[in-house]
Amino acid sequence: MSNALPPDLIRLVVSLAVVVGFAFANAAVLVLVERKVCGHIQRRPGPFEVGPHGLLQTAIDGLKLMGKQILVPDNADTKLFRLAPILSFVPPIAALIVVPFAKVLQVRDLDIGVLFILSLAAVNVLAILVAGWSSANKYSLFGAIRAVAQNVAYEIPLLLSLLVVVMWVGSFRMSDIVAAQDGFWFVFTPMGFVAFLIYFVTGLAETNRAPFDLPEAESELTAGFHTEYAGMGFGLFFLGEYTNMLLMAAIATTCFLGGWNGPWFLAVSGTGVVATLIQLCWFLVKVYGIILVMVWIRWTFPRVRFDQLLNFCWKVLIPISMANLVATAVVAKLVPLG
Amino acid sequence: MIRYFQEIFSGLWSLLVGMRLTARMAVAPTITTHYPFDTLEITPNFRGHIDLVINPKTARDKCIVCMMCQRACPSGCISLKGEKPEGAKKKVLTEYHLDFTKCSLCGNCVETCPVNALEYSRDYQLAGFSRHEFHFDLVDRFRQRAREQGLDPKVGDLTPPPPKPPKPAATETAPDASGSTDG
Repeated sequence: MSNALPPDLIRLVVSLAVVVGFAFANAAVLVLVERKVCGHIQRRPGPFEVGPHGLLQTAIDGLKLMGKQILVPDNADTKLFRLAPILSFVPPIAALIVVPFAKVLQVRDLDIGVLFILSLAAVNVLAILVAGWSSANKYSLFGAIRAVAQNVAYEIPLLLSLLVVVMWVGSFRMSDIVAAQDGFWFVFTPMGFVAFLIYFVTGLAETNRAPFDLPEAESELTAGFHTEYAGMGFGLFFLGEYTNMLLMAAIATTCFLGGWNGPWFLAVSGTGVVATLIQLCWFLVKVYGIILVMVWIRWTFPRVRFDQLLNFCWKVLIPISMANLVATAVVAKLVPLG
Repeated sequence: MIRYFQEIFSGLWSLLVGMRLTARMAVAPTITTHYPFDTLEITPNFRGHIDLVINPKTARDKCIVCMMCQRACPSGCISLKGEKPEGAKKKVLTEYHLDFTKCSLCGNCVETCPVNALEYSRDYQLAGFSRHEFHFDLVDRFRQRAREQGLDPKVGDLTPPPPKPPKPAATETAPDASGSTDG
């Protein structure tokens, strides 16, 4: 009798383990990719000595971080200080639950999928605020203040650009959004393209990556909100940041690039093992393509100043995304989605 | 309104231009050296610590013990001694100590040497565990370097010089010119 363990619970636990493992592996690979890309853009090889071509560098770094003492500053709010890294790390992992990696590779197909992800992604700001506030350090606090001001501005065009897709599909459900892009991807429509660009820019700001990495601006605020964190506290912030990147890229893939759909001549829509693997490959190729562009952007552009960032958001992104939304509404009314 | 969109598009274009540049740099070969495994070739104008010049023909140093380098040194890190062998006119260098812990690598000693007996070493791997390792004995280094070049070093050689033959015509009549001077 397996009544003691409901199959749904087993499914959840296994999925959680897989998702957490994936998040850790993703962070380890991305840190290495980031450093390698950075190095090659600067005409140097990046990490090279640990393992062949430095492949084991992040593994060793992770071990080092785990071995370090976790320090809490004297005046810090200890409880909040300890809470912040967890708050930064858990929500993006929880949000991965609704991401459709393939037609059947989705832990929960919530009918509020997009909202669920966005609300969890917004917790990241809270984590940064808590970290900056509890550190009792002016640089940390500056970082936190910047993060909050930046995200208040950037949530709006982010939501508006995703609303274009939601309006088009008529559903918040991730699987519906993917299914609606069977024939054509939204990025190839004019409105979809503009929304994708806006989403991409605001996604960079949402994940606090350069050129919008004001909350942790190394040259101005030492390390911003995580200045006082050592060891695995810092490690969890890093994990959270890279999982957030993964999440942002996954949403972009799902909403604009057709999710697990391949190009029309290579599309596989079955639910078998082989079909699932092919769909997973397509999904991961798109996700890591987007992440690679994010890394590329980080090592190309200098950090924007705060007023530039807010001006750009309020004067360019929000009006354009508004206009885009209106245009989508009109077109969706006139042309019923086939 | 037109300017608004113009600004957006020109800005976007400039971003793409920047990204094209970094992409090109990313696929270009790296230009750094994997230091402990590969080393760069040290160019002749490298200013390391000083060394005595080896005359490749005679395997001797060129120093005339005039003490100019010692006097020119602003840090006072050079000390040298010379002796005059019996019957010789010039002094021969016997000791040359460089206290590299004090040396500021200004090169005044090399500049001031009237006979160009000093040169800059190209040795840069100079890490050590105590300051005593940086009190260089340049005469000793001279011997080592000369042997590395396959020469038999004749530095601090106090054997008296052979007496000069009195006249060119008399050279044939003096069969044993060496070993004739004694106190």
